[in-house]
Amino acid sequence: MENYINLTLKVWRQKNAREKGRFETYQVKNISTDSSFLEMLDILNEQLINEGQEPVAFDHDCREGICGMCSLYINGRPHGPDDDITTCQLHMRKFKNGETIWIEPWRSAGFPVIKDLIVNRTAFDQIIAAGGYVSVNTGGVPDANAIPIPKDDADEAMDAASCIGCGACVAACKNGSAMLFVSAKVSQLALLPQGRVEAARRAKNMVAKMDELGFGNCTNTGACEVECPKGISVANIARLNREFLKAKLQD
Amino acid sequence: MVKIDAKIPEGPLAQKWTKYKANQKLVNPANKRKLDIIVVGTGLAGASAAASFGEMGFNVKIFTIQDSPRRAHSIAAQGGINAAKNYPNDGDSVHRLFTDTVKGGDYRAREANVYRLAEVSNSIIDQCVAQGVPFAREYGGLLDNRSFGGAQVSRTFYAKGQTGQQLLLGAYQALMRQVEMKTVKLYTRNELVDIVIVDGKARGIISRDLVTGEFQRHFAHAVVLATGGYGNTFFLSTNAMGSNGSAAWQAYKKGAMFANPCFAQIHPTCIPVHGEFQSKLTLMSESLRNDGRIWVPAKKEDAEAIRAGKLKPTQIAEDDRDYFLERRYPAFGNLVPRDVASRAAKERCDAGYGVGATGLAVYLDFKSSIERLGEDVIRARYGNLFQMYEKIVDDNPYKTPMMIYPAIHYTMGGIWVDYELQTTVPGLFCAGEANFSDHGANRLGASALMQGLADGYFVLPYTVQNYLADDIRTPRMTGNEKEFVEAEQSAKDRFTKLLNVKGNRSVDSFHKELGLTMWDFVGMARNSEGLKQAIEKIRAIKKEFWSNVKVTGDAEGMNIELEKANRLADFIEIGELMAIDALHREESCGGHFREEFQTEEGEAKRQDDKFAYVGCWEYKGENQEPELHKEELQFVDVKLIQRNYK
Ligand SMILES: Cc1cc2nc3c(=O)[nH]c(=O)nc-3n(C[C@H](O)[C@H](O)[C@H](O)COP(=O)(O)OP(=O)(O)OC[C@H]3O[C@@H](n4cnc5c(N)ncnc54)[C@H](O)[C@@H]3O)c2cc1C
Ligand code: SF4
Ligand code: FES
Repeated sequence: MENYINLTLKVWRQKNAREKGRFETYQVKNISTDSSFLEMLDILNEQLINEGQEPVAFDHDCREGICGMCSLYINGRPHGPDDDITTCQLHMRKFKNGETIWIEPWRSAGFPVIKDLIVNRTAFDQIIAAGGYVSVNTGGVPDANAIPIPKDDADEAMDAASCIGCGACVAACKNGSAMLFVSAKVSQLALLPQGRVEAARRAKNMVAKMDELGFGNCTNTGACEVECPKGISVANIARLNREFLKAKLQD
Repeated sequence: MVKIDAKIPEGPLAQKWTKYKANQKLVNPANKRKLDIIVVGTGLAGASAAASFGEMGFNVKIFTIQDSPRRAHSIAAQGGINAAKNYPNDGDSVHRLFTDTVKGGDYRAREANVYRLAEVSNSIIDQCVAQGVPFAREYGGLLDNRSFGGAQVSRTFYAKGQTGQQLLLGAYQALMRQVEMKTVKLYTRNELVDIVIVDGKARGIISRDLVTGEFQRHFAHAVVLATGGYGNTFFLSTNAMGSNGSAAWQAYKKGAMFANPCFAQIHPTCIPVHGEFQSKLTLMSESLRNDGRIWVPAKKEDAEAIRAGKLKPTQIAEDDRDYFLERRYPAFGNLVPRDVASRAAKERCDAGYGVGATGLAVYLDFKSSIERLGEDVIRARYGNLFQMYEKIVDDNPYKTPMMIYPAIHYTMGGIWVDYELQTTVPGLFCAGEANFSDHGANRLGASALMQGLADGYFVLPYTVQNYLADDIRTPRMTGNEKEFVEAEQSAKDRFTKLLNVKGNRSVDSFHKELGLTMWDFVGMARNSEGLKQAIEKIRAIKKEFWSNVKVTGDAEGMNIELEKANRLADFIEIGELMAIDALHREESCGGHFREEFQTEEGEAKRQDDKFAYVGCWEYKGENQEPELHKEELQFVDVKLIQRNYK
């Protein structure tokens, strides 16, 4: 049932990367429980604009859980208090009338704040550039059905490939490790014959880039898996470790 | 005067592209390194083009407004991508994919382009598999296919309900490989704000860094726009929040023609609007129509009881349901093309049979499929879509039918391009949803992904090279030429002007007003009176926008309101051109339904003797009427007939 609720918001405001940030307190009223969390922030922003203040900057685009653009730490949880979803899929029916909600950006050495709730995640692109692909050029490839792939492998590769590159795993990790993200790509490609060829080299190069960019080490806390909106499994990290070892042995 | 010349190669349809490639001019490797190409947009079209150019040895710069190329709106495509592989052996062929697309587009697309699209479709699937795209497979290890609207064969390849994501990641990874190899330079959170023309040719762009607010000048020997569609003119659409028409609009203002702007697609299966603060509409993939059946109550009193919350859909007996698509179109049933399905749903709702609290919804029901195939199979096919639905609506679609309603989804119209995907401005190319080509007045499902990748992987690498072969002697410009300086200044002035209005209304409030006007008058059903009103209203919105918009913040640093205001200023003008085009096109075809032109059964009625052409609009200056040019369409291979899905 649709209901209307009033909320107190504690929102992280930070003018730019150089200046210090702080929490500001705002009130929003008559928020429909059928609206999404980001629509609630839209309402806050409309209110701020009408009062002549600068609206809160936050990242978002598809608003349906697939582009990986939205982020936000909500009441201490990446993507907020619901499972298997992104912030843009979070709905206000998860909150109670009168509640106070704390809203912060991802906090991690690998993701510096750009403004308010927006962080810089280009490190993820750099990690992919280090090896997250199959080295083929356009054209001159075999017929798509030339190599049969067992359905189970294809399905497992698809599950790993579902990663949206949002960074919640890094934000959730006390070490700020990007292992879940890296392992998802390494697994996907290692599971397919097309990607198998470069599997070891890929694992080595991507991990090296991750280390270079200041992400922490994985100590198997499993926090990443819990907060991943796409259910990427830590089993992928085990597979990455195997590939990584193979690469080391080959050296 | 600009001349419209599609430059279609001579010869039989099936040989045009082969012949073109055989005669196309080449650039040798040493010269490629000296040639710069700018690609704007990192969706399927842009990423695939830039990766391919890089691999060929050109020097590429690519731009995106998002923080990563992987976030382009293509990521959201759910259902699948078409190709004429005929793996299921159900009678498909290049020729059939070609005719289905021309027919699906209600005979308003250019035959030669569509044929080429069908021809290269198979290479796309090969390419993606080689990149490690995890398409769905059968137990035998071969690729699986599903059916989409407007076709009687299964030719749609898919990766769960995340096909666009997987295809884009494939292209993105190929692109990042080139970034690593330094053939491509990547600019993220960086927006094209103007196109620089020197001696009549596109020679670069002015962009704005969205983090610092700084304006930049970028030179190139050729510029490719792959900036997506302008569906967000309607405010509420299935497009991502950042999707916009601004790059295309700058091209139009610099001399590129805008073709068929009124051809916008309304997708039948979207989650209905719930309230005034709704920010976007969520698509439920067309693939669901493979297994879902669309219905409304057959009795008005049942529909009323449902709307009042007194009756549940599961309580309506089989005989009291009206499966209106199966009833009206027995041959295609629930798989009629989108325009047909959307109008049929609107017709039922307008007649008082709609469901949901607003009465603007119909059911999409999986009961019989679940009984036939089991919940597991349905979950495997559509699990992520069902989850998405449940998170938004708070209803379990395995147990109770989904509610859906049509929404704006895609724009067939766009920048006019010739056979080489070149606009009327030499050196300026346009690809993907941003151009007008291939889909006529209605796009078939799973064909946008195909077109984006066809353009980027398999067309532009040939045609842009053909253009550049004559340009090897043009030295790089520094960016200090007067054309660059002036373009930058005029872009800066536009942003300053927006900040200086200092009015009372937020950007979004204007965008919502524009969207409602568009939906009411330039939406699913249009008529002369309404369109004239729309033009008046949009002009009034424009006037008020420029005198009363309130853009907070300043020009330095990140300013999201300023970004939005700039894009909205263009949406307002695009909306006006859409209405002008819709008014001039006195026929119904595909997604463009003029109430004055319909058959007795309420089907779209084309006027082939008068309107079998592409309407190309030329910009004539601020507040001037645009000028119409026509590209007459020749149908040699397919016969123009009234579409029939019965
Ligand atoms: C929800 C949904 C589901 C869909 N499902 C399907 C499907 O199943 N099958 C199918 O075939 N089609 C589908 N489509 C359609 C299809 O996804 C799109 O038409 C297609 O992906 C467009 O690709 P593109 O490369 O042309 O543009 P986009 O992917 O929209 O990319 C545009 C790019 O341009 C950039 N950009 C825009 N403006 C500027 C600027 N001024 N400066 C710099 N960069 C700019 C953006 O950052 C982005 O990188 C779907 C569409 C939607 C909305
Ligand atoms: S692994 Fe999960 S949490 Fe990490 S980036 Fe991918 S989708 Fe986000
Ligand atoms: S906005 Fe795209 S995943 Fe949330």
